Amino acid sequence: MDQFFFTYVWPALIIVGQSLLLLVALLLFIAYILLADRKIWAAVQMRRGPNVVGPWGLFQSFADLLKFVLKEPVIPASANKGVFLLAPLVAVTLALATWAVIPLNAGWVIANINVGILYVFAISSLEVYGIIMGGWASNSKYPFLGALRSAAQMVSYEVSIGFVIVTVLLTVGSLNLSDIVMAQNTGLGTKLGLPPSLLDWNWLALFPVFIIFFISALAETNRPPFDLPEAESELVAGFMVEYGSTPYMMFMLGEYSAIVLMCALTTILFLGGWLPPVDVWFLNWVPGVIWFILKASMVFFMFGLVKAFVPRYRYDQLMRLGWKVFLPLSLFFLIVTAFVLKLTGWA
Amino acid sequence: MGLQALFFYLFAFIAIASAFMVISARNPVHSVLFLILTFFNAAGLFLLTGAEFLAMILLVVYVGAVAVLFLFVVMMLDVDFAALRTKALEYAPIGGLIGIILALELIFVIGGSTISPEIAKKAAVPIPALTERSNTQALGDVLYTHYIYFFQIAGLVLLVAMIGAIVLTLKHRTNVKRQNISAQVARTPETAVTIVKVKPGQGI
Repeated sequence: MDQFFFTYVWPALIIVGQSLLLLVALLLFIAYILLADRKIWAAVQMRRGPNVVGPWGLFQSFADLLKFVLKEPVIPASANKGVFLLAPLVAVTLALATWAVIPLNAGWVIANINVGILYVFAISSLEVYGIIMGGWASNSKYPFLGALRSAAQMVSYEVSIGFVIVTVLLTVGSLNLSDIVMAQNTGLGTKLGLPPSLLDWNWLALFPVFIIFFISALAETNRPPFDLPEAESELVAGFMVEYGSTPYMMFMLGEYSAIVLMCALTTILFLGGWLPPVDVWFLNWVPGVIWFILKASMVFFMFGLVKAFVPRYRYDQLMRLGWKVFLPLSLFFLIVTAFVLKLTGWA
Repeated sequence: MGLQALFFYLFAFIAIASAFMVISARNPVHSVLFLILTFFNAAGLFLLTGAEFLAMILLVVYVGAVAVLFLFVVMMLDVDFAALRTKALEYAPIGGLIGIILALELIFVIGGSTISPEIAKKAAVPIPALTERSNTQALGDVLYTHYIYFFQIAGLVLLVAMIGAIVLTLKHRTNVKRQNISAQVARTPETAVTIVKVKPGQGI
């Protein structure tokens, strides 16, 4: 009995406990990221943003949650019921599943697998299914058009994201996310003879690729200016037209979880993960997870500003940008990086 | 090992059940969705055998790209599958014949083939331990070091197929207004605006 407990139950309990802890922290973070998104948007337009629920509107997201959960879910009569309800579940489950491999600090990761970055890439390429299923199952024109658009968009930008990831992997030499962060301890700055600092991180050495990744991440997560799947001026609300109450909230949750994931991924790939910006004792003393959250929040701040500043792209321009600009550019930088690494012997 | 066995039975059972549902589901879109579930569980089985790279590539390539296109086509096609199904039995003898021929060919090929000594020598290279060479690196060794020419030729075949598809479908339409973004960006006030002094009461 003892042996059964320690081989079957105990490992499962540990994994469940860790996952719950991460999920609760993540959902809290997403609640405040949502608020931050609205506040940033409001600030750019010189409004106050949500400020009624709680001090400075701090509980707005929880009020929204209550509103969504207490509403009645409406399923269209001609909808494909099973797929219609499955779609938001797929979207949210996949978006949250990716977090299993994201390291928040040295050793703070639920599954420290060798192919971590591939896992993230694979799962985020599956997220398109939530949208296609939702659009198709609604059995209505606007959702279907939105689903087709978004599927084409996500598949297109995955290609350039893939090449960007390969470029980073070339400089690191490992697919493990923790290794990718630790490899940024020494980089361009140390090669130039400077002490370990933020100049070592990949953003400087791979600056053009960093920009491509940032813009592709916006397109991959359907953020403005690439939010064509839900372009309200043309498609009402895209694939979400027929959804309301809890299923709608799950789509939103999945979307924001994917956005926060892209922020975390940018932090890991380009901004040195949990490493402090300068190697000084009082900065080293700050826990790594604080640095990680700070950097991810900073990337999200950029996401929020882009949403407020940039007008929406036209669909053909979006496709052109993905296939005719980012794909050749990222391929070019991949080859350049490979040659530089080979010729200088840094690899 | 305990949890692994549990997950093996879970993945295997779901894979077989959903593979059955692929051929028995009435709605073709449901069939494709079950096919995706089958792929997903196959990736899980790969993961359990330690082939982590293959598992992830299966997800990225088959589920993330090929199955999406497949789903697209099935959703867009307006085919009456119910009518097709009623005629399916008429074609059963021909289908069965083709199946038997293929099975016989496979048996002949597998039974009659021998491994050439050169490849046998390469295959006999001892497999390094997982601690010093990870799954991904070992696959890279095979593909990019031992069999680089075959790998490149496979890529060329795909390139030819791609160019062929583009050539077949490319149409140069002349009655379309195309956007030239570099020309738009290069416009300056000098090239875009002309200032005209209009005399009162005359117009331009």
